[in-house]
Amino acid sequence: MKKLLIGALLANLLAACASQKPAEPVVEAKPAPVAEAPKQVEQKAAPAPAQVVIDPLNDPNSILAKRSTYYPFDVYVLQDADKLIVQAHARYLSEHPYRMVRLEGNCDERGSNEYNLGLGQRRADGVKKALQMGGVKDSQIETVSYGEEKPKLTCHEEKCWKENRRTDLNYR
Amino acid sequence: MQVTRFLRCFGLLVLFYVAMPAHAALDIEIIGAGEHQIPVAIVPFAGEEKFAQSISQVVSADLARSGLFRLVDPAGKTPHDPREVAYADWAGVDAIAIGSVEEQVNNRVSVKFRLLDTVKKTELAGQAVSGRTDQLRAIAHRIADLIYEKLTGDAGVFSTRIVYVNRQGKANRLVVADSDGYGEQTVLATNEPIMSPSWSPDGSHLAYVTFEHGHAVVYVQSLLTSQRIVVAKFPGSNSAPAWSPDGRQLAVVLTRDGSSQIYLVRPDGSDLRRITFSGAIDTEPNFSPDGQYLLFTSDRGGSPQIYRVPVEGRETERLTFDGGNNFSPRYSPDGKSFVFAHLTGGRFYIATQDFETRQMQLLTEGGWEKKPSFAPNGKLILFATEAQGRGILATVSSDGRVKQRMFPQAGDIREPVWGPFLKQ
Repeated sequence: MKKLLIGALLANLLAACASQKPAEPVVEAKPAPVAEAPKQVEQKAAPAPAQVVIDPLNDPNSILAKRSTYYPFDVYVLQDADKLIVQAHARYLSEHPYRMVRLEGNCDERGSNEYNLGLGQRRADGVKKALQMGGVKDSQIETVSYGEEKPKLTCHEEKCWKENRRTDLNYR
Repeated sequence: MQVTRFLRCFGLLVLFYVAMPAHAALDIEIIGAGEHQIPVAIVPFAGEEKFAQSISQVVSADLARSGLFRLVDPAGKTPHDPREVAYADWAGVDAIAIGSVEEQVNNRVSVKFRLLDTVKKTELAGQAVSGRTDQLRAIAHRIADLIYEKLTGDAGVFSTRIVYVNRQGKANRLVVADSDGYGEQTVLATNEPIMSPSWSPDGSHLAYVTFEHGHAVVYVQSLLTSQRIVVAKFPGSNSAPAWSPDGRQLAVVLTRDGSSQIYLVRPDGSDLRRITFSGAIDTEPNFSPDGQYLLFTSDRGGSPQIYRVPVEGRETERLTFDGGNNFSPRYSPDGKSFVFAHLTGGRFYIATQDFETRQMQLLTEGGWEKKPSFAPNGKLILFATEAQGRGILATVSSDGRVKQRMFPQAGDIREPVWGPFLKQ
């Protein structure tokens, strides 16, 4: 039985190695959200003067805790499923005109690096447009595309690709 | 040499490894062979054993990598001068190379070399070169170029260089190396992504994209002085630099006016003007050898395909219609065809298309094959692919017959581009 277990483990390990680049094994081993976590911790400590009311941005149960929009392959239009999230951020940003947000567009690896850089930019620009329509000032928004250069997950499968087709809203 | 005399080897699959010393940056594996391999013998040069680099080994490895030659073992025969050559001993080969290396003062060497036609019993080429001891590899590459040119009629590319990005975890290095992977030089090291290196036509500068400023910015860097300048750093993405053949302009892709559009700019960042006005994603521009046209990728028709536009703008023409998406076009050096990455059924292939016949030819088996570029003689195509879970370099001959894969010692290779011929 033990041997079987070890065998299965080894097979799993081998399978994992075969399908993934060894370059960033640490990132792969962690659950997806961890990579994003430290930035948000820093942001909590940011300006906020002595407030009694909790900033809704820091409420884990608020819709504002959702900071990413997702897309089908080769699509940059904001999806219906994400519109409420973006509208909530628009409301927050227009109520907090001193807050800045950086929109970071990302893509899966299916495409050339340069095409994906363009696609990621359009994803970020799409979220920017939605924020602007919600009353957010141009000066509060910065957009950037990483194309396929900074994948959250690195396997050659849809389970990774769908995580990588994404615009992140990063408060600064 | 007459084609009829070349060894015919239909259906022959040759698999061999070019032995490389431990300090080689890349391990090289060659698969396939040209239809007509030319049998040649490279005789060890007199005196070469006194030096760290064996000239005859470097020459042999170069010729073997091309897939166009069959290296015949000299079997102990060691003529170094034409008078020592007994032509009857060399019946199995079309040509032999002989020569000598002599040490001179001040760390210099003198290399003499001759290429002899063993059928006509004549000298095809001869050369006497002097250089520093540390230039022995470069001298050997030039000898291999000469042999290649004399026996195939095409210029050799063994003296040319390649550029690529090596990624190891977060560490990215922009690397220039000899075409056989030796002589790696790090041009830039950063923890941010590096993309889209592009050679100036004279090989003296590289344009490239990095995220060192948090977003994609285009730089031009001198390979001689390492000095670099920002060419385009507008809000949004600045990317995909491509040099005009006269070196006076760069095509770049900017999102400063909305979606990715193609602009021209001088290499010092001045005189910016817009070329495309599609509102779609227009990217990956590449100049025609005559400088009159740009190939580029655009999704203006609904999916990424390859288009051509005169540099003055005006009528744009769609070139690819085959199923799937097409990316990363680059002209062949003669301007008669272009190479690109073809995505279909979830696999990337390297493909070429002739401008006249409009026929697409797949050159590879498919996988994660991206970013092709022609060698300056048009006979080989360099591209990035994956093997054993790593990003590696690969080449395929422009007829698809000979393939080689080059494994880096560490990290993943991305974004390779073959450099131009260097003026000697």
